[in-house]
Amino acid sequence: MHGPLHDVAIVGAYHTEQARKLAVPEPALLLDAIRGGLASAGIGAADVDGVNASAWVSGVRAREAVQWLGGRPCWTGTGSAGIEAVLEAASAIAAGLCETVLAAAAQAGEYGDHGATVSWTRPSNEFVECWGLYTAAEFALIAQRHMHVYGTTQESLAEVAAAIRTNGARNPEAVMYGREVTTDDVLDSRMVASPFHLLDCCITSEGGASLVLTTRERARDLDVEPVFLLGGGMDRQGMSYTSPPVFDLHGRVGERAGRRAFAQAGLTPADVDVAELYDPFSFEVIRQLEAMGFCGYGEGGDFVMDGRIRTGGELPVATNGGLLSYSHAGLAQMLQKVTNGVRQLRGELPDELTVPDARVVLATNGGAGALFCDALLLGRDPA
Amino acid sequence: MTIPLPHATPVSAPHWQGCREGRLLVQRCATCGRYVFIPRPGCTHCLTGTLEWVESSGRGTVYSFSVVHRPQRPEFEVPYVVAVIELEEGWHMLSNLVDVAPEAVGVGLPVEVAFREMSPDVTLPYFRPAIDP
Repeated sequence: MHGPLHDVAIVGAYHTEQARKLAVPEPALLLDAIRGGLASAGIGAADVDGVNASAWVSGVRAREAVQWLGGRPCWTGTGSAGIEAVLEAASAIAAGLCETVLAAAAQAGEYGDHGATVSWTRPSNEFVECWGLYTAAEFALIAQRHMHVYGTTQESLAEVAAAIRTNGARNPEAVMYGREVTTDDVLDSRMVASPFHLLDCCITSEGGASLVLTTRERARDLDVEPVFLLGGGMDRQGMSYTSPPVFDLHGRVGERAGRRAFAQAGLTPADVDVAELYDPFSFEVIRQLEAMGFCGYGEGGDFVMDGRIRTGGELPVATNGGLLSYSHAGLAQMLQKVTNGVRQLRGELPDELTVPDARVVLATNGGAGALFCDALLLGRDPA
Repeated sequence: MTIPLPHATPVSAPHWQGCREGRLLVQRCATCGRYVFIPRPGCTHCLTGTLEWVESSGRGTVYSFSVVHRPQRPEFEVPYVVAVIELEEGWHMLSNLVDVAPEAVGVGLPVEVAFREMSPDVTLPYFRPAIDP
């Protein structure tokens, strides 16, 4: 069935350089992302009438970015750059509020000493901070309960981490390029917050990304290969890192987003060629495979084994190396799930990471520890 | 340096005052009878504004846990055990487990609240293995 999102196409996708630490100040990095997105779409600033921007440290948001673009955009997005921003922009385009939206995100200049966790992973809530929680521990509380209820093993977690980190090792653009990781390496790495070893946890890095969306009609006039929106959905269950991450209440977050996205697309999980799942921690991939319907609840641990989610397997996951190995930069990594999906469908990734003839990509953002999980289906062919 | 201590808000102040008095207080809805935690201005189950502060038994079990080796901040002494506690009234809260070896912790371990005075203004509700489970 034809829906409003189906009138929108992605015509530009760009990643800045990613690194543990970049020499460039954050506003310059955001500007790089903006320029790169426009160039990728083959358009100029004058062609953009909507904008969304997120820069974590400097606090630059869409309304300031309007001025960077010479005051031309009339529409500004309010969502954080990621699937949330893509769906907001696509809705605005479908509603006729604007025609072409540039969405960009960047993060740099945040990291200091190594004495503690990165500041933006530390919650400040009065019922969380005093217990020494941070992102890894929040997600660990979900994982541990899943392991207790379903018997999910540490080996399954390690396989997810090794599979995704292997993609990053083979991606010259990844922060961890060249760093091959086996499941034994994961299991032998030091414990951070049980059940998560160091290599079960995403890296922290700096970088940016951008995306350009426009109408399907306008996309036809541009000299680029468009990627089409097939469906999307959000599943929001509250503020991240305030109330306790109770598995019975939040362990299936994302299910509502996935169901909505697949219904709009008229597809099922069996139609997905590549899953750009959000991978802040190894276990979250197992959980999302269940929530998105690739397998039953409790079956995710078995699903990931035997190379199924490795590149070359039945359902390649996080093909650029993901948050575990490619980059995890404040908010930009959320948009990068979408931009990498676009690049996968356009065949722009290194040969080793390209999924041949990929026609449908599922991208996700968020996770159970954060009480939200959004989904977006992208297609090589229009819906 | 001490660990970061909570700053009470108008909504949460009764909970923290209860801790200072050695009582674990939680909101319960006078209309639907269900528990609400963390503290809210209204019932998250039926949306009425009839929440009352009641005292929990402070007894429960470990619903989930994580042994943390990389501290949130250097002020936390590692390893420490973070846990979601399922109180016997059926509500959940985050805390740390004390007086127990991390390797002895498992899901389902019976626990009870153990208040610790952190400053003249703040007492925190930790949990320890139940003495008489």
